[in-house]
Amino acid sequence: MDLDPFVLARIQFAANISFHILFPAISIGLGWILIYFRLRYTWSGDRAWEYAYQFWVKIFALTFAMGVVSGITMSFQFGTNWPGFMEKAGNVAGPLLGYEVLSAFFLEASFLGIMLFGRNRVSNRVHLLSSFLVAIGTTLSAFWILSLNSWMQTPTGYYLENGVVMVDSWMEVIFNPSFPYRFFHMLIASMLTSAFLIAGVSAWRALHDVDGPATWRVMRTGVLLAAVMAPLQIFVGDLHGINTLEHQPAKIAAMEAVWETGREVPFTVVALPDEETRSNRWALEIPYGASLILTHSLDGEVKGLDDFEGKHPPVAVVFWAFRIMVGVGVLMVLVSWWAGWQLFKNRSAGRPVLMALAGMTFSGWVAVLAGWYVTEIGRQPWIVDGVLMVKDVVADHSGATMAGTLFGYVLLYLFLLASYIGALRQLAKKPAASLQMRPDPILNTPAEA
Amino acid sequence: MEYWLPVFYMAAMGLALLIYVVLDGYDLGIGMLLPLADEPEKDLMVASIGPFWDANETWIVLGVGILLIAFPLAHGIILTHLYLPVTIMLMGLILRGVAFDLRVKAGDHRRALWNRAFFIGSTVAACAQGWMVGSYITGLQYSPLSLLFSLLTALTLPALYLVLGCGWLLIKAEGSLLARAIGWARTAIWPMGLGLLVVSIATPIVSQTIADKWFSLPNFLLLAPIPLICALCYLGLLYLLRQDRVLQGGRNWMLFAGTVMICLMAGLGLAYSLFPDIVMNRLTIWEASASVKSLQFTLVGVVITLPTILIYTLFVYRVFRGKATALSYE
Ligand code: HDD
Ligand code: HEM
Ligand code: HEM
Repeated sequence: MDLDPFVLARIQFAANISFHILFPAISIGLGWILIYFRLRYTWSGDRAWEYAYQFWVKIFALTFAMGVVSGITMSFQFGTNWPGFMEKAGNVAGPLLGYEVLSAFFLEASFLGIMLFGRNRVSNRVHLLSSFLVAIGTTLSAFWILSLNSWMQTPTGYYLENGVVMVDSWMEVIFNPSFPYRFFHMLIASMLTSAFLIAGVSAWRALHDVDGPATWRVMRTGVLLAAVMAPLQIFVGDLHGINTLEHQPAKIAAMEAVWETGREVPFTVVALPDEETRSNRWALEIPYGASLILTHSLDGEVKGLDDFEGKHPPVAVVFWAFRIMVGVGVLMVLVSWWAGWQLFKNRSAGRPVLMALAGMTFSGWVAVLAGWYVTEIGRQPWIVDGVLMVKDVVADHSGATMAGTLFGYVLLYLFLLASYIGALRQLAKKPAASLQMRPDPILNTPAEA
Repeated sequence: MEYWLPVFYMAAMGLALLIYVVLDGYDLGIGMLLPLADEPEKDLMVASIGPFWDANETWIVLGVGILLIAFPLAHGIILTHLYLPVTIMLMGLILRGVAFDLRVKAGDHRRALWNRAFFIGSTVAACAQGWMVGSYITGLQYSPLSLLFSLLTALTLPALYLVLGCGWLLIKAEGSLLARAIGWARTAIWPMGLGLLVVSIATPIVSQTIADKWFSLPNFLLLAPIPLICALCYLGLLYLLRQDRVLQGGRNWMLFAGTVMICLMAGLGLAYSLFPDIVMNRLTIWEASASVKSLQFTLVGVVITLPTILIYTLFVYRVFRGKATALSYE
């Protein structure tokens, strides 16, 4: 099995999309947060909000650029790695991706220019409108791509003709059963990712004594946003899981490592799922737990992996990825509420809170990746659930070609990730006072040093 | 419908790719010219493409997007055959896209590194695209002759991009950078001309199908305007580049416009050579097309959004008209 091109094609696709999603996860949320900063400044005239905008728009620009270039890679990867997918499911995938390009990509890419570099060239209102269109663009692009991805998870509205997917109803294709859950879960995920990023970087600046008046306002914004979004995410995540139970029971069985169908199934907190013996080792269980969470009744029936022998995903990865996501989610609630309590009660925060926030800077990334791994690996061995198998759609490149390009990609991505975080540090390290402010267009105050 | 929908999509795809070549062509060209400039000029060159490069690249996403929407079968065949050059191009585009931002944000000590990355990424992407054009024209085969042809196009397309880049700088630059850009254009015009000439001669040699299409009688005469206009434009550009006063004065856009005209003619010629095949000698657009229902569904979107996109693209270019100034987020 050395250099199996099939395995390599999967790893390569996974590496590329994992790298890509890091940046949308920030730019979707941060786009809206920047608008909030702009509006606060326009309404209150408080220069601190303008500082906040000036600082974060730089990071937004960098993040956006990373998202764009890695996204362009994605749009080619369907064809280079999964030609069979396009042949068989192109009638669905093509139009959805097409609408994403037409309605979202051009919008965000075009108005980004004005948003970033056009403040002196257009009126305040046109500039705000441009920022708004950029944020709408990122959200719309999430709408279309998640619609396609959800259709691959829970396909509806189609029929097969000679093995090729034909569309019956576009409404049913776009608004397929898992789509609303996935869309909101992802939007909240990206709000959380950005919230912890801005709070974390601000906390880091406060710890290193390079904070200015804006730093604490941004930190409070991030913490407040997180404190609202984190519980909401748990709620939506629970609904999402119940929906998955209805449509992809094999995935749920793998997420919970339930090997046998039954009633009164315990919830396995941690364990080492073992595919060989088809059982869990060192399991820590809560009686009735799984039945209660999944069916909301103590003796509800939960389908086990024995119902899907040979056609269920790898168990251990999905099981652990799910626990990582939920673990981070719970941690997010705890940290944001604790920090929120201190920040709003004392108008300040002690060292432990700051260190916790700084430590959580990239926690959103961890949860987002873990969540996607649950979703995508949990769909195996299908590429379109119940319709098309992954092994039937792979391109026939040689193992050596795939290995070579994979190596190149991974090297490039590690280098870029390091550069991205390095640049973030570089920007965060600058004392707030060194930010040059321009003369104020609204209040006509002179420029500050 | 069965007949016209695929033709419409073929035309839309051609248009998207043509716009891509012109728009991303000038900013890739500027990336390739970067090492020739001194530090402040480098900043100005980057500033001249700052607000545009992202939207420019989106046209290639639309191009492959339409290929995927309308001709899923061909999408698979073409992209798997072009796997390596596509991968190399993507890596080039990735590198230059982030270098653009990181050269100012990663700290002064890293600036030289990211300037170099910007240059290398642009050059690699341009050459890879040229290679892809060559392999596509020769029907995605790997005979020595077609490899040689791909090599030729891999050198010609970057030469074209260089001239486009100079053309853009003539519009956007002032002072010493403008003077330099004129000098670069005077040099770059020659390899471009030579490349285009050799490619034009070589194309009918490597492809019997194309030779048959062009060198039969009424066609030959009907098509004659294409090479003629190309040649006239080229001679016009050579003449233009000798007129210092014109270049410095109000006609600074003529180099760019003339080169765009050449691109347009080359695009038309290529479209005629290919039609109605989507993969040369293997697959026609009708054999490769998606179901009529899917094509209709997207047609609505294309008809509404494409003009809208063009309008706001023009708006953005209007906002940033005039000479480039230093980029700032304020
Ligand atoms: C939930 C969100 C999400 C997901 C799952 C994906 N993307 Fe993405 N993508 C975005 C959200 C996004 C975005 C927010 O719209 C981006 C990212 C950063 C950015 O600045 O725009 C973007 C950029 C982006 C671009 C560049 C657009 C431009 O030129 O402006 C392309 C071509 C793609 N993506 C393609 C894909 C493909 C083919 C994906 C699936 C395999 C994919 N993306 C997954
Ligand atoms: C954005 C976050 C995403 C991440 C982190 C992600 C991750 C992954 C991973 C890890 C795999 C490999 C699974 C395996 O082979 O074991 C995979 C496969 C795949 N994903 Fe995603 N994915 C994401 C989004 C999407 C979206 C939005 C789509 C389509 C619209 C998509 C389409 C696919 C396809 C076609 C495959 C290949 C077939 C397969 O292995 O199932 N993915 N993805
Ligand atoms: C804490 C409680 C949470 C629960 C119960 C939960 C539940 C779920 C479930 C069941 C899935 C898999 C859906 C499927 O494929 O069928 C999922 C996926 C996902 N989760 Fe969570 N989640 C939680 C927290 C989080 C957090 C905090 C984040 C990120 C900040 C996050 C991000 C994601 C992402 C990006 C996916 C993949 C996309 C999707 O399928 O929606 N989740 N989540």
